[in-house]
Amino acid sequence: MTQPAAASSASEAAPDREADDAIVVRDLRVRRGQKVVLPGVSIRVRAGTVTGLLGPSGCGKSTLMRAIVGVQIVEGGEVTVLVLPAGTPDLRRRVGYVTQIPSVYPDLSVGENLGYFARILDVPSARITASIQAVGLEGQRDQLVETLSGGERSRASLAVALLSEPQVLVLDEPTVGLDPLLRADLWRTFHDLAAGGTALLVSTHVMDEAERCDDLVLMREGRIVASGTPPALLEKAGATTIEEAFVALAVTP
Amino acid sequence: MSARVALATAARILRQLRRDHRSLALVLVVPPVLLALMRWVFQGQPGAFERVGPPLVGMFPLILMFLVTSIAMLRERTNGTLERLMSMPLAKIDLLLGYGLAFAAVAALQATVTAAVAFTVLGLETQGAIWLVVLLAMANAVLGMALGLLVSAFARSEFQAVQFMPAVIMPQFLLAGLMAPRSEMARPLEVLSDFLPVTYAYQALVTVTATTDLGASFWRDIAVITFAIVLSLVLGALTLRRRTA
Repeated sequence: MTQPAAASSASEAAPDREADDAIVVRDLRVRRGQKVVLPGVSIRVRAGTVTGLLGPSGCGKSTLMRAIVGVQIVEGGEVTVLVLPAGTPDLRRRVGYVTQIPSVYPDLSVGENLGYFARILDVPSARITASIQAVGLEGQRDQLVETLSGGERSRASLAVALLSEPQVLVLDEPTVGLDPLLRADLWRTFHDLAAGGTALLVSTHVMDEAERCDDLVLMREGRIVASGTPPALLEKAGATTIEEAFVALAVTP
Repeated sequence: MSARVALATAARILRQLRRDHRSLALVLVVPPVLLALMRWVFQGQPGAFERVGPPLVGMFPLILMFLVTSIAMLRERTNGTLERLMSMPLAKIDLLLGYGLAFAAVAALQATVTAAVAFTVLGLETQGAIWLVVLLAMANAVLGMALGLLVSAFARSEFQAVQFMPAVIMPQFLLAGLMAPRSEMARPLEVLSDFLPVTYAYQALVTVTATTDLGASFWRDIAVITFAIVLSLVLGALTLRRRTA
């Protein structure tokens, strides 16, 4: 089998480890049953940036994110987060993770959900208010999660991940179903967090969100198609939009 | 081990349950109503209700907590909160302790209400102290919870989880000596019942309600129940995985 261009650009994506690398993934292989979901993925995410993980649904974005958080059984390769192997107990407070399904208790209020997870994480209660403010749910604090809209539920789930002020935030499609104004708000929050030194890895299949990222990783069928800053990718593909660049880079042998 | 995590979890579960008024009402009302129904059913057989009734007071929590735990755990798995908790700094045993504490508290309430009705309105009598019956009911709740937690790992849907009750708990009730004395059962069944934890839970309650003298066999029953709880909790903890496929 000939090596596609995807593999060579993937190795470019993970050069020698640098001091500001918050996440380094090398040759990650994940198999689910008979199916190889990730055949050997390498990426790096710098501290203080928002890195977008872009690709169609089913391309392995969530699996890659789960491996970074340390909840995925992996077959091989190396996943390092904050210079420690992914899933190390020490990282459980320093890495925040938000899944596609809002992982909060529907029969508790927003405040009660945050209160419970704050006790588990052993953070002061001032963090509860700060996290609720960061996602703009002050008005829904006493509302049961099951009565919230889909977008509000995802934000409640995001607020839980913000509680421990993690240095690494892994967000799986956090803006799905949000109205454009809220989406803009949330992206502003992401950049504020990045400005404070947090490394964010945000997956999306919405191409127009790509332009808001500092770095991009384009993924398709379990492989990294290309990675780099948005302008660099546009230049490489000779394209004017990220969507065009994706198509051009995905088909070029 | 962290008391903070266990207590926070117990408080969270009790808060969720308190919200659910209908479930709470069912938990408290169903056992006394069933006992009253039994008394009526056994009216033509003198002595039958008096024999089976008192130990049953302490057996209800076992069935209930088995069901509640298997479904509650399944929900934690499907709504992603279990994975979230597993990615946080907490020991699995603390989570299980939280569940145990919450359900033991509910069992205490349930057994107190059931005992109050049984030993006053329904005219049942216990030789041993009522608080001992309530204490055994709490132990049974934790046993039911531990067994429910274990089977929840094998259920893919709430529909399946509910089916585990007749599959796992009913046979144990049939063989525990409640329907027919164990010594009168076919020998293979009697031997089989020696290996089922519910047998000992029932025997301990029979001893407490029918005699005032807690002999060596009572303490052996307590030891077996404790062992069964610890074993199911350990096996249940093994089914809580930090990494999944």
